Amino acid sequence: MANKPIVDFEAIKNNLSNVSKPIQILNENAEVVDQEIFDSFSDDDLVEFMKKMVWERALHEQTMNFSRQGRMGFYAPTEGEEASEMGTVLAMKTNDYLLPAYRDVPQLIQHGATVTEAYLWSRGHVVGNKFKARSLMPQIIIGAAYAEAAGVGLGIKKSGEEDTIAFTYTGDGGTSQGDSYEGMNFAGAFQAPVLFIVQNNGFAISTPRAKQTAAPTLAQKAVAAGIPSVQVDGMDILACYAVAKAARDYMVAGNGPVMIETLTYRYGAHSSAGDDPKRYRTKAEEQPWFDKDPLIRMRKVLEDKGLWSEEKEDQLVDEYKASFKEAIKEADAVPAEKVSDMLKRTFEIPTPEMKKEIAKFEAKESK
Amino acid sequence: MAKKTYIQAITDALDIVLEDDPKTLIFGEDVGKNGGVFRTTQGLQDKYGEERVFDTPLAESGILGLATGLGLTGWRPIPEIQFMGFSFEAMDQIAGQEARMRFRFDGVKTSPVTIRTPYGGGTHTAEMHADNLENFFTGVPGLRVVMPSNPYDAKGLLISSVENNDPVLFMENLKLYRSMKDDIPDGKYTVPLDKANVVREGNDITIVAYGAEVNEAIKVADKLAEKNVSVEVIDLRTVSPIDNETIFKSIEKTHKVVIVQEAQKMAGVGAQVASAIAEEAVLSLDAPIGRVAAPNSVYPFALGEDIWIPRADEIEEKVNEILNY
Repeated sequence: MANKPIVDFEAIKNNLSNVSKPIQILNENAEVVDQEIFDSFSDDDLVEFMKKMVWERALHEQTMNFSRQGRMGFYAPTEGEEASEMGTVLAMKTNDYLLPAYRDVPQLIQHGATVTEAYLWSRGHVVGNKFKARSLMPQIIIGAAYAEAAGVGLGIKKSGEEDTIAFTYTGDGGTSQGDSYEGMNFAGAFQAPVLFIVQNNGFAISTPRAKQTAAPTLAQKAVAAGIPSVQVDGMDILACYAVAKAARDYMVAGNGPVMIETLTYRYGAHSSAGDDPKRYRTKAEEQPWFDKDPLIRMRKVLEDKGLWSEEKEDQLVDEYKASFKEAIKEADAVPAEKVSDMLKRTFEIPTPEMKKEIAKFEAKESK
Repeated sequence: MAKKTYIQAITDALDIVLEDDPKTLIFGEDVGKNGGVFRTTQGLQDKYGEERVFDTPLAESGILGLATGLGLTGWRPIPEIQFMGFSFEAMDQIAGQEARMRFRFDGVKTSPVTIRTPYGGGTHTAEMHADNLENFFTGVPGLRVVMPSNPYDAKGLLISSVENNDPVLFMENLKLYRSMKDDIPDGKYTVPLDKANVVREGNDITIVAYGAEVNEAIKVADKLAEKNVSVEVIDLRTVSPIDNETIFKSIEKTHKVVIVQEAQKMAGVGAQVASAIAEEAVLSLDAPIGRVAAPNSVYPFALGEDIWIPRADEIEEKVNEILNY
């Protein structure tokens, strides 16, 4: 045998990342790094992007308040992820399908559910899921939405429905699930129009991104399934929107799936149920991300153009929060569920035993 | 009317639902050109095209996730899990997603999926190919579980399953695939998804069985008839739901019951039937409930099946024991 190894595995390992560097339009200092794309946005567009992020942050703050008051069920905080969530979802059209995960409630509302419905979903009330939007309710099983999205994409393709794709979200932890790979692989094999969005917010509850995988990027996980993928600065709403829009345009032209990894950060806890980020990360680690805040960045751009002011933002926040208070009042007014109704919606045609059980509960409930 | 095997009856049903409803889709591992590893989907891709009958990548959760998504976009999916042992891979999509769809959305969104899968011992397969796994699925609210015991029922139950707007797990017995032939009417007919079938009428004792064990129970009934013992045999046909009324009516007449299953005894369909009788009809009985089931070991594949699966002789022994109580 020759001394030279037949393969230099170490060289291959050091050259694994085949994804180009994250796409940005505005950098951390709010400087335009892609003038041509930046100029394609009107002043109104820029204001609209900012308003959406202000809305999402206000929704988060108000919902956390409701949660502390014991008025919510499960809630997954979204602070820090406004650019990633609003930027991508703004590229959706009404006829597109959304398969959100549990931290994607703002996108679900953006796609047509009401805030009242979102609050009812959080409380486990069925009325919260009866939205007309082409969306599933937020998926709790991590990765499951990716597997289902492949079917939605194939369904769209088989129906010949034009100008329609599926959007689905998971997180950095979600990319470790087998379902994420199966979903992407199926969508690739069938060339189904699905936009897979990985919101890499750094943590799966407490487990950091570095412990999820040895892969240099999460975006490259799509490459093995034959799917083009990119990393995007997830704190830059203009980049998130522009890339999602470009991906959508590419797919509606008859092409197969795309994957986007947005690099973002979860400022708060995994859920409102009480886990404490101080147990697994330091202030010093958090600060650089807080400095990249998507709202700070857009605020500076808009203020420089004379399109924004603190008063305007405060006024908007007040308006939004007032609407959320109205929404939770509406949720409070929805009658409580009945066990007989739960039984009735288990099967379309109740089984003989279930008919007896329904009758038993109806008798109890009518007392 | 023609003599057809269990497999041919299933192919017949699939042909009819593909013809009847342009939204039906058949997919899974090797179901296209190859016609399935048992030839159950043979000829269907040629007849209906690759758009309607197609092969998928090899991943059960992916196949069932595909079914969930296709169902949401207005299609009526009929996925195949090549062997039931592989269904563990798809447990979340079946139990965690499809079965919950109607409950979650109150019918605004549904999951009209019929999952076909072969199971059942006696053909000496590899491991994880023949296990009777119905016990896992009968505990899933929102899912129907269908287990035909003969070609006639297989066709009628499969058509009913596909037409049902809720998810159905349709279990096809491997041992029966080619070992049985029935007169099968041409064209469409249905068998209800919530009604047991009295396959032998009798007065002295009731045997409740399903799947391949129904045929074992019939053998016992025929043999005991020669000794002037009159055995009633009930074929459950569906194990979720279980048609308790037909069982209760029968034991009111016979006062004795033996419940037979090919699956392990623990926490299964037989236990559910025994519990329903104990709760609601125990006073009809004048002897203890008899049970015949497989041992509570791990399923022994291949030749190990021969000493493990309960068949007619074991049923006969238990029937005699209960008769002579």
